[in-house]
Amino acid sequence: MIRPGPSAEGTAPLLGVAGLTRHYGTRIGCADVSFDLWPGEVLGIVGESGSGKSTLLGCVAGHLAADAGRILYRGRDTATMTEPERRRLARTEWAFVHQNPRDGLRMGVSAGGNVGERLMAVGARHYGAIRAEAADWLARVEIAAGRIDDRPRQFSGGMQQRLQIARNLVTAPRLVFMDEPTGGLDVSVQARLLDLIRGLVRDMALSVVIVTHDLAVVRLLADRLLVMKDGRVIEAGLTDQVLDDPQEPYTQVLVSSVLQV
Amino acid sequence: MTGYTFAYLDETTKRMIRRAILKGIAVPGYQVPFASREMPMPYGWGTGGVQVTAACLTPEDRLKVIDQGADDTTNAVSIRKFFERTAGVATTTRTAEATLIQTRHRIPEEPLTEAQILVYQVPIPEPLRFLEPRESETRRMHALEEYGLMHVKLYEDIARHGAIATAYAYPVRVEGRYMMDPSPIPKFDNPKLSQNAAIQLFGAGREQRIYALPPYTDVVSLDFEDHPFEPTRAEHACALCGACDSYLDEVLTDDDGGRMFVCSDTDFCTRRRDDGHPGRRGTDPTT
Repeated sequence: MIRPGPSAEGTAPLLGVAGLTRHYGTRIGCADVSFDLWPGEVLGIVGESGSGKSTLLGCVAGHLAADAGRILYRGRDTATMTEPERRRLARTEWAFVHQNPRDGLRMGVSAGGNVGERLMAVGARHYGAIRAEAADWLARVEIAAGRIDDRPRQFSGGMQQRLQIARNLVTAPRLVFMDEPTGGLDVSVQARLLDLIRGLVRDMALSVVIVTHDLAVVRLLADRLLVMKDGRVIEAGLTDQVLDDPQEPYTQVLVSSVLQV
Repeated sequence: MTGYTFAYLDETTKRMIRRAILKGIAVPGYQVPFASREMPMPYGWGTGGVQVTAACLTPEDRLKVIDQGADDTTNAVSIRKFFERTAGVATTTRTAEATLIQTRHRIPEEPLTEAQILVYQVPIPEPLRFLEPRESETRRMHALEEYGLMHVKLYEDIARHGAIATAYAYPVRVEGRYMMDPSPIPKFDNPKLSQNAAIQLFGAGREQRIYALPPYTDVVSLDFEDHPFEPTRAEHACALCGACDSYLDEVLTDDDGGRMFVCSDTDFCTRRRDDGHPGRRGTDPTT
């Protein structure tokens, strides 16, 4: 996969995270995490359950309050933004794909309504235009046009996840957070979904922070990798470099634990 | 009636409610929390409207109470009698003569004046409630004017029924700011909310909210550019007074499918019959 490097896209990172820390009482959620995300770049965060990767994602995406550290989006500290600004960002330039589609979809609202919600939230008021855009997006995520008025609970798990992606990308965001987007899907469905995500990331020049415990997913999608353990980043680098030549003992265990077929 | 202060509620309570009303009028469409009292009637029977009425009544007022447009239904009769006994105010069924009208689910057909107050009984004051169950979240949505979700509901209506099927409690936007539930009035009445000369007050007893529309407030019913808002009514003339521009109730007249359409606003219908406008069935509802 050929992707323009940071130098071709500009000189400032899209997202800068510095010293991010979040405690749960006396326990550490994540501690002193720093990274930069450049335009068009996909950053993978891997680690086992409880390593703090979802906490980190939640803090960066603004779902959780961080105890310390700074998050700069396009040079602006998100902590100094007003709440309306933050929420507007969250439904225009940012997107969040949840592991469980139930968390990211309105299960009682039709597929078309789910995709159209972000459009209506930013002021679209023409039913025909909203519906056409929704139909277009359903086609892009390979959901048959005839299912536009069906509710997500009538969809399979893979379709629900594709619908969630369509719902998030309809406003053409710059920055997408993904939390285990392929979790709980069988391998063939997973492969098609990864293909789809990869195509969309390339076509829309998305910047992505993707959290997963599945090393195959980051091997396919991510340019760079952070490895987390006990709330801290223990290793960082280019994906292939980290996976092929892991330096830390924990990363070595993680990489060697992948089942070979 | 002895043993009660004027209009049942004690003076401190009425003052508290008046404060909420004044705040509501200052911020049109905003739901003001208030310490709703236990009233001698069950929730859902107009406890919010009754408290607002009690706080607004003066001994000189003339009160009219309607339920679905009618002066003679249980809810209307009992609330009217309640204030006759506890406030000793004069009552009337004539819209034009009343200074304060408490209503459940209708706006009178006859245009109101600046000398009148219209008090609505509201079951669910939050227009976003069925879309977003968390009160903390709906308050934030109001604060930040995040109202896209309401259009999702209208979108669903059109996708499923081909038109906006919401027929009552049709959501409105007040002065380009707050989204408001107009109480379960038919959407036929929605245009009357806007630029109305009377003060319109909304009381929700169980939900402990008061909101208001001051006179001559802009109220816009939500819609899509290609599916504009349409007030609807049954395509009939009133069987008793022949009116073609009033909101109609469908009344079954026998067990063989017989039916007739009559004005839901009983005062309006009576006035027209007195003025010599017979309907298809003549002016006597019993024939």
